[in-house]
Amino acid sequence: MTMHGWTQKVLRVDLTNLSSSVEDLDREAAEQYIGGLGLGARYLYDEIDPAVDAYSPENKVLFVTGPLTGTGAPAGNRYVVVTKSPLTGGIANSTAAGEFATNLKYAGYDMVIFEGKASHPVYLYIDDERISFRDASGLWGKTTSETELAVVAATAPDAKVSCIGPAGEKLVRFACVINDMGRAAGRSGVGAVMGSKNLKAVAVRGTGGVRVADNARFLAAIESCYATLDDPYTEHFHQTGTPGVLELVHAYGVMPTKNFQFGTNPHGDRLTGELLADTLSVRKRMGMGCPACPIACGRITRVKNPDFAGIGAGPEYETIGMFGSSCYTNDLDAVSKANFICNEMGMDTISAGNGIACTMEMFEAGVIPQADIGFALPFGEAKGMVRLAEMIAAREGFGDLLAEGAYRMTEHYGHTEYFMGVKKQEFPSYDGRGLQGMALGYATQPRGACHIRGELQDLDLYGQLGWRVTRDRGMEAVDPLSWEDKPGLSVDVQDWFCMIDSCGVCNFVWFMGCHEDQMRELLEAATGIDMGGHEGFMRTGSRIFNLETLFNRRAGLTSADDTLPERMLRTPLPDGPAKGYVCELDKMLPPYYELRGWDAQGNLTAEKAAELGLEALTTV
Amino acid sequence: MTQMIVIDIGKCTGCGTCELMCSFRHHGEFNPRKARIHKTVFLYDELAVPVVCSQCEDAWCERICPAGAIAHTIEPTSGAAVLKVDEQICVGCKMCMLACPFGNIAVGAKGHAEKCDLCDGDPQCVKFCPRGALHFADSERGEGEKRRKLATALAASYKESE
Repeated sequence: MTMHGWTQKVLRVDLTNLSSSVEDLDREAAEQYIGGLGLGARYLYDEIDPAVDAYSPENKVLFVTGPLTGTGAPAGNRYVVVTKSPLTGGIANSTAAGEFATNLKYAGYDMVIFEGKASHPVYLYIDDERISFRDASGLWGKTTSETELAVVAATAPDAKVSCIGPAGEKLVRFACVINDMGRAAGRSGVGAVMGSKNLKAVAVRGTGGVRVADNARFLAAIESCYATLDDPYTEHFHQTGTPGVLELVHAYGVMPTKNFQFGTNPHGDRLTGELLADTLSVRKRMGMGCPACPIACGRITRVKNPDFAGIGAGPEYETIGMFGSSCYTNDLDAVSKANFICNEMGMDTISAGNGIACTMEMFEAGVIPQADIGFALPFGEAKGMVRLAEMIAAREGFGDLLAEGAYRMTEHYGHTEYFMGVKKQEFPSYDGRGLQGMALGYATQPRGACHIRGELQDLDLYGQLGWRVTRDRGMEAVDPLSWEDKPGLSVDVQDWFCMIDSCGVCNFVWFMGCHEDQMRELLEAATGIDMGGHEGFMRTGSRIFNLETLFNRRAGLTSADDTLPERMLRTPLPDGPAKGYVCELDKMLPPYYELRGWDAQGNLTAEKAAELGLEALTTV
Repeated sequence: MTQMIVIDIGKCTGCGTCELMCSFRHHGEFNPRKARIHKTVFLYDELAVPVVCSQCEDAWCERICPAGAIAHTIEPTSGAAVLKVDEQICVGCKMCMLACPFGNIAVGAKGHAEKCDLCDGDPQCVKFCPRGALHFADSERGEGEKRRKLATALAASYKESE
């Protein structure tokens, strides 16, 4: 039987016994949870006790593609790394694009499940149906680009690699997974879980193809998306990448400055995407594309300044916000260097940058003595920032403490009020006080503070780009400072982004103006299933979001974790367009819970569970 | 003048959409390995280059084919010259693969040679190239553009006293 969208195969890898097996995809689960984030959540929920320690062999790591991964759907190029997070203690699902992801599909697998723990460092080589375990002792300690090149040299010139760096090996709680020489499945410490299993890398070479159910319908759906994307927004994003958003964020007064003490940065003009494109980018306004991407927002930067010299992918906007503005270096050379270190060592630039900014504020406040760090680290100390990034990756000195994440570091000093994040995961580069929807998203995302799992900031910043969540409400634009409309918008946007991350496509295509109906058309044409119209499509997203939350509840997280730092809740922003505002979480959370169909304790009600088909999973 | 697939190297982002849409057209599946156009990415130079059959006037593949399966034809809608493989005649001997200096013809799983056939005058790689790196245009267009770029650079270097 020819498979459409899904390959219908799961590769199960037992690292303890260095054996593997292939099984059929759970078709019913696939139709209800699609792939990527959703299907990964379902498999993880079924297969592990959410209460296990993230580093125990009982935890599993899932690499999950979606039905659109590997197709010609715009930016149908992603895989999601799903596991229990060592940072938050809840579910982790970090996504990345690249030929590694598409080759997993071409090799014939929707998903790879890693279980157990290898007795020594290994990497896995998937050459279509030929699976081999290779010794990775010689790769231990190597950076991500060194590892990728070494694995390609040892396997095949066209093998694609996903790996961890030294940070993942040393269990830095926010270590990431890097593929395709610099694309990161960045957040929540998924790389540390790989490290805990002694799994250094996965190489894949796939020679098969992906078929869809209805070729003509699929082609028409692609053409419809292309027509939508043919506009100046896409061109701007191509030329400046994610850093191109910086000026807009700054204009709204939500640019994290000095660890979220301020929302505007007087030196913000030294950090813009335009400046990065025109100075450090190797090809200036030229972006590089992940597979099948019509935008091509990636870029390679080269720093010649000897203090911060290097070359590599990025930095992205979030990285600039953290290392540039929050750490207050206001220097793209230093930002790029910190970014290169994070990518090569394999750790999340957001958590690393946020943690260092937090350290700087505590140093200036006298909470952290200079002797603890080993050198003075006030805001703006660029060389110290870069040095500390290296120390985190190596777990050296003070870096060993910060490698536990900013929350645990502040807890060590008895001053968690300096921690800027949610569920022990650090904030990315938007201050929620000027973006009320983002604040609610930060508080309620199952994976903790996160900017891509409920892109309320996009609605706020870009206004109406044709998403049904706003179009159906007759909204032309969204006021970032109003809180009344945010609970309803949050529910819909979170469910919608669950669908994006489950189909195997990059969310950038979808905030550039493509919308839910186009996605549903692609998904139905690819798989041949009927999503039940817009309502059924969104109900699937809601099912996925609720399953993630169920996982967290069983892992021990409660509604008490759906909160924000005191600074966000009680201290008004002192400057800029959002001056005087705090996050109105107390007002937004009750109606949000009600719209979610949750009780006051944040637990799914029986009625809502029945509506979503989750009854069987709610009883343990 | 004849139409051909003109490549603007500076605009290619390496996304490989050309490969995917080519394989979808010719094989009904998304599979870069079955495409008749291929990109190579030079990451740290931020460069990518697509390579596809340029439909040689005096073609190595056509000359060496012992079965006489490869012949020049004129694509009726565009008037473009195209080297086509007659699948009924081709015996899959792979001499064309050996002869082509550019790697633009290969014997596929079906046992006959496969190469770019310009999709009956509507090349899908060109149609879907999202960044305008591929054009189906007069063969002179590529040369003309290169000359214009050079001329622009030369003009920029020439400054009369201000």
